[in-house]
Amino acid sequence: MPIYVDNREYPAAPEKNLLEHCLSLGLNLPYFCWHPAMGSVGACRQCAVKQYRDERDTEGRIVMACMTPAAEGLRIGLDEPEARDFRARVIEWLMVNHPHDCPVCEEGGECHLQDMTVMTGHNYRRYRGLKRTHRNQYLGPFLNHEMNRCIACYRCVRFYQDYAGGDDLRAFASHHHVYFGRHEDGVLESEWSGNLAEVCPTGVFTDKPFSKHYVRKWDLQSAPSICVHCGHGCNVAAQERYGRLRRVVNRFNGDVNGYFICDRGRYGHGFVTAPTRVRAPLLRTGNRELEAVGVDEALHAASEMLAGRVIGIGSPRASLEANFALKRLVGDDAFYMGVGGPDAAALEAVHAIRTETATRAPTLIDVENADAMLVLGEDVASTAPRMALALRQATRNRQKAIASGLGIPAWLDQPVRTAGHGQLSPLYVATPVPTRLDAIAAGIFRGSADEIARLGFAIAARIDARAPGVDDLTRDVSELAARIADALASASRPLVVSGVSIRSVAVLEAAANVALALGAKLGRPADLALALPECNSMGLELLGARSLDDALEHAERQPIRAAIVLENDLARRMPRAALERFGERVEHLIVVDHTLHATARAADLVLPAAAFAEGDGTLVNNEGRAQRFFQAYVPDGEIRESWRWLAELARRRGIECGWASLDDVIADCAASSRRLAPIVDAAPGARFRIADRRIAREPARYSGRTAMHANVDIREPKPPEDPDTPLAFSMEGYYGPRVPPALIPFFRAPGWNSNQSVHKFLDETGRALRGGNPGVRLVEPGADARRAYFEARASLPPSGDALRVVPLADVFGSDELAALSPPVAERIPEPCVVLGPADADARGIVDGMTAEIELGETSLALPVRVVPGLAAGTLGVPIGLPGMPFIAAETAKVGGRGTAGDPR
Amino acid sequence: MIDERSIAAAKRAQTSERTRSESWLWSQVAVLLSQIRSMAEVFLHGFRRRETIQYPEEKPYLAPRFRGRIVLTRDPDGNERCVACYLCAVACPVDCISLQKTEDETGRWYPEWFRINFSRCIYCGLCEEACPTYAIQLTPDFEMSEYDRRNMVYEKEHLLISGTGKYPGYSFYRVAGRAIGGKDKGEAENEAPPVDVRGLMP
Repeated sequence: MPIYVDNREYPAAPEKNLLEHCLSLGLNLPYFCWHPAMGSVGACRQCAVKQYRDERDTEGRIVMACMTPAAEGLRIGLDEPEARDFRARVIEWLMVNHPHDCPVCEEGGECHLQDMTVMTGHNYRRYRGLKRTHRNQYLGPFLNHEMNRCIACYRCVRFYQDYAGGDDLRAFASHHHVYFGRHEDGVLESEWSGNLAEVCPTGVFTDKPFSKHYVRKWDLQSAPSICVHCGHGCNVAAQERYGRLRRVVNRFNGDVNGYFICDRGRYGHGFVTAPTRVRAPLLRTGNRELEAVGVDEALHAASEMLAGRVIGIGSPRASLEANFALKRLVGDDAFYMGVGGPDAAALEAVHAIRTETATRAPTLIDVENADAMLVLGEDVASTAPRMALALRQATRNRQKAIASGLGIPAWLDQPVRTAGHGQLSPLYVATPVPTRLDAIAAGIFRGSADEIARLGFAIAARIDARAPGVDDLTRDVSELAARIADALASASRPLVVSGVSIRSVAVLEAAANVALALGAKLGRPADLALALPECNSMGLELLGARSLDDALEHAERQPIRAAIVLENDLARRMPRAALERFGERVEHLIVVDHTLHATARAADLVLPAAAFAEGDGTLVNNEGRAQRFFQAYVPDGEIRESWRWLAELARRRGIECGWASLDDVIADCAASSRRLAPIVDAAPGARFRIADRRIAREPARYSGRTAMHANVDIREPKPPEDPDTPLAFSMEGYYGPRVPPALIPFFRAPGWNSNQSVHKFLDETGRALRGGNPGVRLVEPGADARRAYFEARASLPPSGDALRVVPLADVFGSDELAALSPPVAERIPEPCVVLGPADADARGIVDGMTAEIELGETSLALPVRVVPGLAAGTLGVPIGLPGMPFIAAETAKVGGRGTAGDPR
Repeated sequence: MIDERSIAAAKRAQTSERTRSESWLWSQVAVLLSQIRSMAEVFLHGFRRRETIQYPEEKPYLAPRFRGRIVLTRDPDGNERCVACYLCAVACPVDCISLQKTEDETGRWYPEWFRINFSRCIYCGLCEEACPTYAIQLTPDFEMSEYDRRNMVYEKEHLLISGTGKYPGYSFYRVAGRAIGGKDKGEAENEAPPVDVRGLMP
């Protein structure tokens, strides 16, 4: 279908608007309120073009490109004087109240408003009246607020409220007084608030932690990276200046994270620069404290410690290469995954489901396209926030379907909402505790893990009679199961979501059974999304390792000379008593990590490992997508990538790996297993060049090259060499639209300095980067699916006085590394247990009271929060919050000798 | 056989030989005259006003806009003018300026540190042109030679002067709409008082 822009013919698709078309065609058309993820509202009047009836029409009329669908033979004028003038006037009018404080604005240099002002040619202020001003608000540790800069495009509330479901950011007042903020000063509650800094086209909302050590975008050295704070594997860019990681921003990948990342990912990088950071090898001699030593001394001590039987404990938060290097060092039999107990069992179950059943791990786009969803057991909003945001979008698919029936295109945001009358695609949430998705759920089920599993098995049996069911369900539960089963079975793109944070193999198998039953009905593998807690949980499973419990058993069986712990705090993985026993059985503990945690403090030798922004590697996300992250800068001190330390230790143990660069490790790792073979293709190797040039990590405008080191040495140092990647630590090199998608260090295009420039790198559909979204999927369904259904094995255990423990995840507190980041730490709640009202009454407990909680062998005094809606007989216990011990107990007793705290 | 044409050619050759020798003679005379004139001019210069001065005992006059040593100035209230916007650094063609922004408790931006490597500086003045606050200025001072290049690295304490430099009246924060200590919202030039967002009046 052709359209004509300035009398030139271009191909067009009817489902897109003119603005999208112009941008996809590489034409520069200014806009503000339109956002590719949020559609058009036509609020800012900036994308005006002239539309003509036919080739004889010389008059034409001004239309808004974002509100006009493309049609057969449509003729528009982008360059018409009248349209140009209109756009310049709109900018001039928007700038009437702008405070002219660009030099002290964090958005300056990556400001969409600056770009658009330059693009329209408005350069001289004619208005002589007074500027309206606003007072700012305190919005919490993540965002600065500077309302004077607002141009009232409404993007912030459309994202925060309409897209992410937050309800504490609104538009206030009217006409040119309109104000975007909270009803009063306070922390923005949504875990998506950080995106406002990227969504806002000007500097109203800016990144507060970044502002504390602010530099301009053109001065940041960037590298493509992967978020390490949950298993979703969002693509981010890690950005550095003067040897310090400054910020993390979203990096578009349509299959994983699209335009948004959560606040845990955006602000969690503070652990890299936290005081807990290890920057030099630490050695304990005798019974003294750990002391910083040189590399030679540390390696010499290590080779002595390694003379004998050695075991290696891997980590789900270390790269595939690091884990593989450790496996090579200690041998397959002595390599254990750094996860034990119920967590390891759940991971094993995920591995079995992923590799043995005909279920498919959906991409982000698949999740957003689902038309009926079941969340089984997992508080996705807390454990895989990006997936929860996609589920939120998926619930709007019914509105889009209704609107489409009326001929309203999906990008016309407000009419779609009006036509949809608030109707939502069915989302069923079955979790032990209330979640933030409950508000948009069609049905909610509360119960312990076993009750949720039984519900899941019942749903599967209802969808496909061959699936094993459960009897003795109560009438309510079986009715709900039937309702959910019917909704899923009648959908064309159903989706089942579960995860490991509930620590129940039965729940995972029930979720798999539902997906299998749906698959049998659909005749193709159905989508099953499984949320994993850490950035490489899936990779570690695919690499193959035994549980941490086996390592303890190994140590019990025979004394061990040394245990090498890779990027792992065992105090978060096993009970204290077991850890102490393990310490007794192991003569030397060597820790390779970037952070000084409890395990590192107890070690005899700590080798400083590179954090995600300081090294390269491959991570496998919960979709089974292998993605490469790249080093953004060379850190100070003796920091090296874990695999380099381990290869050196291996060499001293007489194992020659022959690894000179990352590519060698990747090649060996890929050769070690059939499933891991595709990881080589996750990104181009170190020898990749464009026109004989590496890809520049620094923008062409990078400043201060001859002054930044001048206080140390007057001669400019040679840029560090990078043997591992095709990127250069320099402004010299290629940067432009031909950079392969996996290697794009930052987004910028001529005239487009803000992150809106991403559209210059997208293919025509706007769903993928040109050249395909980065990453390779390692697990595709059906290849060797041999399992039909899992046995329904959840029988309800006798309920006595004890309460069933359900693990509580917190979006900010549950991740070990993000919790070390100061802004995130401010948002972590105090640990407290959660109890239903009936159970609380039965024990004489009121909200806010501190009670003695017996969890197996450990006993804790924690405040109790009484939450209506929590299933009877369950106790929510926070897992992984700072200060909480490892808890594996399945049941708990709440002691009667509670002390009255301050009831809330 | 001798025809008329060849005779004519031979005659022409003779004539040109003669004219060539004549013109050579005249040119020698011209050279001589020119040399005499030059000597006379040099001689006359001995009685003119001297342009050469006895530097360093005597200092030359340099215009205020001469592009020499770079300074950081203060605003009329005595506060640092530099707001650490990084525009000088990015404008610098030899990348010899680097700095780091920080902020005081009232929200005023200033550089935590500011460094110019004068051993790289080419005194082009682009930093001054880029500066939105008149903070960075080039001065009529060029006497900064050093035996050691390291002494050409100037930090903020070496750059910051106590005056306003060439632009006495200007203060960036009186114009820009960002509130800082001593200047609230609505108190900058051409600003209306802050809006009451709960007001119901149209």
